[in-house]
Amino acid sequence: MASPQLNPLALVSELTHRCPLHCVYCSNPLELAARATELPTEAWSSVFRQAAELGVLQTDFTGGEPLVRTDIVELVRRARAAGLYVSLITSGLPLDETKLDALLEAGLDHFQLSFQSATESVAEAISGTKTHAQKLRVLDWLQSRRVGVTLNFVLHRHNLHQMDEMIAIAESSSATRIEFANVQYYGWGFVNRALLLPTRVQLDEFLEKVKSAEERLRGKIRVEYVVPDYYAKFPKPCMGGWGRKVMLVAPNGDALPCHAAGVIPGMSFENVKESSLREIWESSEAFRKFRGESWMQEPCKTCDRRVQDFGGCRCQAMLLAGDAAATDPVCSLSHDRPKVDAILATVPSADLQNPQQQFLYRSNPS
Amino acid sequence: MPIDAQSKPRLAPGCRLGENNNQRVLLMPERALRLNGPSLEIVTRCDGNHSVAQIVADLQRLYSKAEPQKVESDIIGYLELLQKDRALDFSA
Repeated sequence: MASPQLNPLALVSELTHRCPLHCVYCSNPLELAARATELPTEAWSSVFRQAAELGVLQTDFTGGEPLVRTDIVELVRRARAAGLYVSLITSGLPLDETKLDALLEAGLDHFQLSFQSATESVAEAISGTKTHAQKLRVLDWLQSRRVGVTLNFVLHRHNLHQMDEMIAIAESSSATRIEFANVQYYGWGFVNRALLLPTRVQLDEFLEKVKSAEERLRGKIRVEYVVPDYYAKFPKPCMGGWGRKVMLVAPNGDALPCHAAGVIPGMSFENVKESSLREIWESSEAFRKFRGESWMQEPCKTCDRRVQDFGGCRCQAMLLAGDAAATDPVCSLSHDRPKVDAILATVPSADLQNPQQQFLYRSNPS
Repeated sequence: MPIDAQSKPRLAPGCRLGENNNQRVLLMPERALRLNGPSLEIVTRCDGNHSVAQIVADLQRLYSKAEPQKVESDIIGYLELLQKDRALDFSA
């Protein structure tokens, strides 16, 4: 049930589903929001003000690609004026130096640039576009400007071996933070899972390297990573707990407890055009559905770890066990763990030949 | 990296002070730290003008009832934590 003392700390502002890239692991839903349904500037402004009043400290501008919004500079300005810390989660295009300066002048706090790979060829195979050189240009521009910079590398079987090159890119830039984000199997990533899952051997090599990189770069670049959850012993504390810390507003104004919540049958989401953020946070059915512990089944119900991981991810429970209230099947204590092990048992050890011919590339909304 | 008493810490790019509901916070990429009492006194002095030694002296005056050695070691410990979070740049 609702705990009135808890307020959201972060707002994920999914400004659009339009994107110049077609990444095969995109976490957006398969059904993308059309441009015509996108919230206008004033509606987002109101969302930012309401969020700050609710106690939200930070917002991530994401998408799709937030830079395709023609009002992106104004949106940064409005979010800062509301009192929020603003991060831009971006592929780095469409962007030039003039636009970058305008974003910084509007108060952008943090620029998170996503990379599909350390090399153009793998990046192109994954995103269906040639964007790697542009990303390196953006890093050059960022070097002479004062803003927080994170490089986000999305990891999978086709690039896990490139970690040294990825770190070299970060070390030659002004980044203070690297995120090694393993592909999460939702949305387009779920569809392409068989082509993306790494092998255990790849993963073990990665973990060994990342730990020594973390040590070596301490005080210079903060390295963050998590074990991809199909290979983990316990689930991730998804979204920091359902309806506990994070609120996501989709391009059309639907407010969701997480990106993938739409996969859970029977869920309906209230829209910021009709309800206030506070009403949605405190009393909407969607946000209350898996808040707290009363919805839990065994083994979560009596497990000591339930206060750490909140039962894991509800959407993953739906996708893998067919029951959104089940223990996240990646958990070694879950009755459904054999289903995850069966998926891992099908991961081929040899390199995949021409995965581009088999990938389902993310499409673009109308 | 050990912290040099003469170096002058400054908040790293992407890190700044913020406030919500009368609670001061240190905002950083993807996270925030609540600041109260001594931690607020320390972070507000991480402006590139105060050396670590000056911050220690200031807080030893502010918290004159506390053991000066303890104040110093607490400050160094907190600065190390912020350094690990990559929230500080140190200049000579």
